[in-house]
Amino acid sequence: MSGMSNVGRPTRPNEVETRPATLTGGRGLLQDEPLIFELNGWEKTGVDIADAELDASDLGDLVRRDPIDLPGLSEPEAMRHYVRLSQKNHAIDLALYPLGSCTMKHNPRLNEKMARLPGIGDVHPLQPQSTVQGAIELMDQLAHWLKTLTGMPAVALSPKAGAHGELCGLLAIHAAHDAKGDTARRVVLVPTSAHGTNPATAAFVGYAVREIAQTEDGRVDLADLEAKLGPDIAAIMVTNPNTCGLFERDVIEIARLAHAAGAYFYCDGANFNAIVGRVRPGDLGVDAMHINLHKTFSTPHGGGGPGAGPVVLSEALAPYAPTPWVTHGPDGFKLIEDATGVAAQSFGRMCAFQGQMGMYVRALSYMMSHGSDGLKQVAEDAVLNANYIKARLADLMSPAFPDGPCMHEALFDDHWLEGTGITTLDFAKAMIDEGFHPMTMYFPLVVHGAMLIEPTETESKHELDRFIEALRALAQAAKAGDVDRFKGAPFYAPLRRLDETRAARAPKLRWTAPQGSNLAAE
Amino acid sequence: MRFTKDHEWVSVAGDVATVGITQYAAEQLGDVVFVEVPDVGKTLNKGDSLAVVESVKAASDVYAPVSGEVVEANGSLSVTPETVNAEPTGGGWFAKVKMSDPSQVDGLMDQAAYDAYLASL
Repeated sequence: MSGMSNVGRPTRPNEVETRPATLTGGRGLLQDEPLIFELNGWEKTGVDIADAELDASDLGDLVRRDPIDLPGLSEPEAMRHYVRLSQKNHAIDLALYPLGSCTMKHNPRLNEKMARLPGIGDVHPLQPQSTVQGAIELMDQLAHWLKTLTGMPAVALSPKAGAHGELCGLLAIHAAHDAKGDTARRVVLVPTSAHGTNPATAAFVGYAVREIAQTEDGRVDLADLEAKLGPDIAAIMVTNPNTCGLFERDVIEIARLAHAAGAYFYCDGANFNAIVGRVRPGDLGVDAMHINLHKTFSTPHGGGGPGAGPVVLSEALAPYAPTPWVTHGPDGFKLIEDATGVAAQSFGRMCAFQGQMGMYVRALSYMMSHGSDGLKQVAEDAVLNANYIKARLADLMSPAFPDGPCMHEALFDDHWLEGTGITTLDFAKAMIDEGFHPMTMYFPLVVHGAMLIEPTETESKHELDRFIEALRALAQAAKAGDVDRFKGAPFYAPLRRLDETRAARAPKLRWTAPQGSNLAAE
Repeated sequence: MRFTKDHEWVSVAGDVATVGITQYAAEQLGDVVFVEVPDVGKTLNKGDSLAVVESVKAASDVYAPVSGEVVEANGSLSVTPETVNAEPTGGGWFAKVKMSDPSQVDGLMDQAAYDAYLASL
């Protein structure tokens, strides 16, 4: 024992009440993070690349003369920068996330394991097709199951996200009208509750947009739809279940009316999670629908990974699908790349290569691990969970559409806050203090002060109850006049309430070229 | 001053109508952060999108309450969109439209009718 310190280690803190300012401006182990360009030091670099010896360049005057101003960081510095940023982010891996599949639902880790298999993770889109037969077969299988689940005869896998899928669908519709010489159709109808991307997509394709009114109970107004349909209407775009979390009860009649008027029925499939395995959109008369793989099929999104928005197409639109697509014959699987031969009517290509392979793997992994019974239960549990929340909050908050069940989203308006001086935004900020990310606010626009809660199917009853109890406690505090708790919130976030107005009116955008960067990684 | 159910106002001098959004609309939108006004010379039909107004809550179209040609637009709103909140029926006007059919104004609500309409919401 000789030589060993016997002083011991003090294990109790001193009782100091006040917090001294730190000497360096640090804030515990969570540091304020500068821009990566401000971390620059040109003398260091994470990689060591030998100077390339190039023959005469073919680029001529196009050769870059100035340094590209990349910051110089060592590997640990670069890694720490991004890990620190990630720690400032809230995520579904940290808590129940009431934005639900609308933003991103739980990403099963099995999907990640599959995506990292060497034969899948290491393939390159420029490899000869004979060397990536498995990857192409995987795309073929995914296409098969997407068609089976939606009851549609064709699918375009390549669109890279929901809005890109909408673009794909409307381009196919445009091509189909053109092929018939029906070029006078210049208008797309969208309901007032539509996602903002619907009118934006229609306008991008060159269509004028007209709104369809909504009924008192939150559905498409059939009389208004019928009045607006005519020889100038190219398509209607309807979300089902809609953004109010309600099933469009008259969807078959909507499709019939559209078709009778010579228009196509585009369905926004953003809310497919509520009906997957239960309802096949093809049976409802849909002509085109995008499927957000990151929503219904659990692939990462929202900063966590690229989106993927395959579009299923009806018999009428299938010939115009974008290339590439998969065929198989005696020589194995093949990507049809060019809009010639069998693809002569294709409207072209939506992106380089075949789309988001990594997302295809994860989505297929999700489908195969759930099976058809599991996917059906996904929809059932998502709807059950939303209705449980709606039922347990209905006495304190005001459901926007109280009659009948909702689908996968419970929607409240702000009538219950009238007279309290507290707004939907204040309520949402106070949720942050209680440890929950706010729900979707002020959308859909047709509902005053909307609060749209989507728990998804993956939350246990215990988690749902914890969330509900937090909201009930806040609602009771709001009604009891505890206004400061809401107006000052969030009190426990790293930064307090931000000035959104000033941020939007006078955004502070800064970037400084790193000093001496012409010597750093080039 | 006349009003629409979509909360635009119209103020008429001769055959030129000045168009803006009402106090009620400005309050409902919240802080306005961006305004897009039409180009001078643009021809609008009643009900066409005349301007776009974006707040911290939402982006909304402002519809033309009357048909006609845009003869002046309030370009200063692109620099100071907050004027829409501060003076919705004054300095926050969006555009002046030379009306092709001035009788369209007769179909709009007067102050009393608009006040009654607001009370019914």
